[in-house]
Amino acid sequence: MGITRHAEPAVTTPPAPGPKETGGRTRERPLALRLLARPEVGVFLGAAAVLVFFLIAAPTVRQGGSMATVLYQSSTIGIMALPVALLMIGGEFDLSAGVAVVTSALTASMLSYQLTLNVWTGVIVALLVSLAVGAFNGWMLVRTGLPSFLVTLGTFLILQGVNLAVTKLVTGNVATDDISDMEGFGRARAIFASSFDVGGVQVKITVVWWLVFAALATWVLLRTKYGNWIFAVGGNQESARAVGVPVTFTKVTLFMLVGFGAWFVGMHQLFSFNTVQSGEGVGQELIYIAAAVIGGCLLTGGYGSAIGPVFGAFMFGMVNQGIVYAGWNPDWFKAFLGVMLLGAVLVNLWVRRTATRR
Amino acid sequence: MTSETTGTHGAVLEGGAPGGDRPIVELRGAGKAYGNIRALHGVDLAVRPGRVTCVLGDNGAGKSTLIKIVSGLHQHTEGEFLVDGEPVRFTTPREALDRGIATVYQDLATVPLMPVWRNFFLGRELTRGPWPVRRLDIARMKRTADAQLRDMGIVLDDLEQPIGTLSGGQRQCVAIARAVHFGARVLILDEPTAALGVKQSGVVLKYIAAARERGLGVIFITHNPHHAYMVGDHFSVLRLGTLELSAARSEVTLETLTNHMAGGAELAALKHELAQVGGVDVDELPEERELSAAPEPAVADPAASEPVEGKS
Repeated sequence: MGITRHAEPAVTTPPAPGPKETGGRTRERPLALRLLARPEVGVFLGAAAVLVFFLIAAPTVRQGGSMATVLYQSSTIGIMALPVALLMIGGEFDLSAGVAVVTSALTASMLSYQLTLNVWTGVIVALLVSLAVGAFNGWMLVRTGLPSFLVTLGTFLILQGVNLAVTKLVTGNVATDDISDMEGFGRARAIFASSFDVGGVQVKITVVWWLVFAALATWVLLRTKYGNWIFAVGGNQESARAVGVPVTFTKVTLFMLVGFGAWFVGMHQLFSFNTVQSGEGVGQELIYIAAAVIGGCLLTGGYGSAIGPVFGAFMFGMVNQGIVYAGWNPDWFKAFLGVMLLGAVLVNLWVRRTATRR
Repeated sequence: MTSETTGTHGAVLEGGAPGGDRPIVELRGAGKAYGNIRALHGVDLAVRPGRVTCVLGDNGAGKSTLIKIVSGLHQHTEGEFLVDGEPVRFTTPREALDRGIATVYQDLATVPLMPVWRNFFLGRELTRGPWPVRRLDIARMKRTADAQLRDMGIVLDDLEQPIGTLSGGQRQCVAIARAVHFGARVLILDEPTAALGVKQSGVVLKYIAAARERGLGVIFITHNPHHAYMVGDHFSVLRLGTLELSAARSEVTLETLTNHMAGGAELAALKHELAQVGGVDVDELPEERELSAAPEPAVADPAASEPVEGKS
C-alpha cells in the first residue's frame, strides 16, 4: 500500500488555503462536475465506446448468442473483480486471488473424489479453506504491517506450489479426476454452472450471480456502516483508527470476501469442466486488479465503486471475444488491454482532478 | 462493529459541566519510554471541565507522546493516569472515546476523499432497520451534521463534497464539532493552528472558547504561546520530555510564557552565535532574562532539542 501512496497528491490533499473562505461558504459545484466525480462514469463511457466499436467492426457481435458469450466471459472476471475492487478501495490488493480460485476448486474436487463424499461436503470445505486463506492474508497484513503486495505475493507463491504439488501427490496427475458422476453434482452444477434460456439465447447463470453480487456490493459500500469503514480504512487508515473504526476487522473481512469470490469462481470452474487443471489461475489476479482499476478504483485506496468494476469486467469480456468475432489475431488481446488500462487510468485521473478541484 | 455506536452521548456532558474543580483527566508523574529512550518523564497534568489546559513545547519536547497516552494510542510506562479519579490504561483510542476523551489530530482528523457528513459520523454511524438490512440513516446523519456545524458557525452548502476540498481551518472545525456532538468531555487538540493562517487560526481559537463555554475540558497543544495565552487557563511547558513550567493563567504573563517556550537560555546562546556571524544587529534582540538554566551550547544542532539522551 505504501508503495504507491504518493501517486496522486493533487487529489488527496488539495492546497489548504482556498481563495473563498467567507464564513464557510462554498460555491455550488455544477451538476456536470458532480456527475463526473462519480468513479464509474469514466469506465461507463469507455465500455460503451468499446461496445459500439465492436458492434460496427464485428457484425457477429450483434447476435444474441455472441452477446451471451461476452457477458459470460465478463461475469467470470467480474465476480472476482468485485471483492478485489472492495479490497482495493480498502487500501490493499491481493495477488493470490488468481491461484486461490484454483485452490478452492482443487480442494472441493479432490476431497469429494478421494473420500467418495457428496460433492457438497467438498464445496463446503472449499469455502472454509478459501475464507481461511483470506483471513490468513488479512491477519498477516495487520499483524506485520507489511505491504499487501509482499504478503499476498508470498501467499500467491505458496498456493501456486501447493496446488501443483498436492494435486500430483494425491492424483498422480496435474489435473483432478472427473467428478461429474458423483452424488450432488447435478444440484451443485445448477447453482454454479447452469444456463437458462432468454428468448432463444442460452445465458449462463454466472451472469445473474455477477449482477446480484454487484448490486449487493454497491448497497454495502454506499449504504452500510461496513461500506463507510471500507472507504475510511483505504482513504486514511490512521484517521479511521483514531475515530474508532475497527481497522483490523475491516481489512481481514475484506480479504475473506476475496476468498469468498475465489471460492465461487472456483466452484463455477469445477462444475462446468468437471475437472481442474492444477497449474491454472496464474496471471488472473492481475486481470482482476486491472478490471477494478479500469472500473475507477484508486489503486491507493479510499476511492471507487462496485459498479465501475462491472463495466471494467465487461470491457475485458467484450475485447476478448470481440477480437475473435472480428476475425483478428487473438494475440492482440493483451496489447489492446494494456492500452485500455492506461487509457482508463489517465481518464480517471483527469476526471478526479477536474471534479474535486475547488 | 458493536451496536452501541448509534445515538449521542449527550447525557455525559451534563455530569461533567457543573462538577466544579475535580479533574476529569489527571496525570501524576506520568512518563513513557520507547525502549531505552525516555520520551516523557514525571509529567503532572490536570484537565478540569470548562478549562483550557495549554501544553506548549518545541518539536521533540514530548507533546505528541503526552497526547498519545491520554488518547489511548500509547500506554504510559511510569506514573499514574487517572480518569475521574480512577487509574486507567487505555489500549485503543476507542476506550478513550468511550470515557469521553476525544482527540482532534492536526493531520489525521479526517479522510480527505470522503464526504463531509460521512467524515462527521465516521466510526459512529447512525443506522436504521433490523440486522440483515441495517443501513445508514443518511437523511438523519446529514441533518444532524448540518445542524451541529451551523451550531458552531460553519455553513456548508453541500455536505456531499469531499472534506479534502475544505480549508484547513474548516476541517479542524468539523472535527471539533464532531467531537463535541459525540459527547466529548475532554477535547484534545493537537496543534490545531499550526498549519493555518492568521484568520483561520482565529476561527479555531473561537471554537476552543466555545467548547470551554459548553463545559468541556480542553487540552490545547501548540507551540505558539500567543495562541495559547488567548484562550488558556493553565499552561504547561514541556522541554526534553519533562515539565519546565506548570502555572495558572494568573501566575504567568505572555512574556514569561514566550520566554519559557522559546527556551531563554538557548535564545541567549543563539544571540551570541549570531553576533559572531556578523551582519545581524543583536543589540535590538532581548537580553537573557532570569531563565538561565544549565548552559546549552549546542543550540544550532537540532538533535540537541530531541530527548534522545533521556536527560531530565
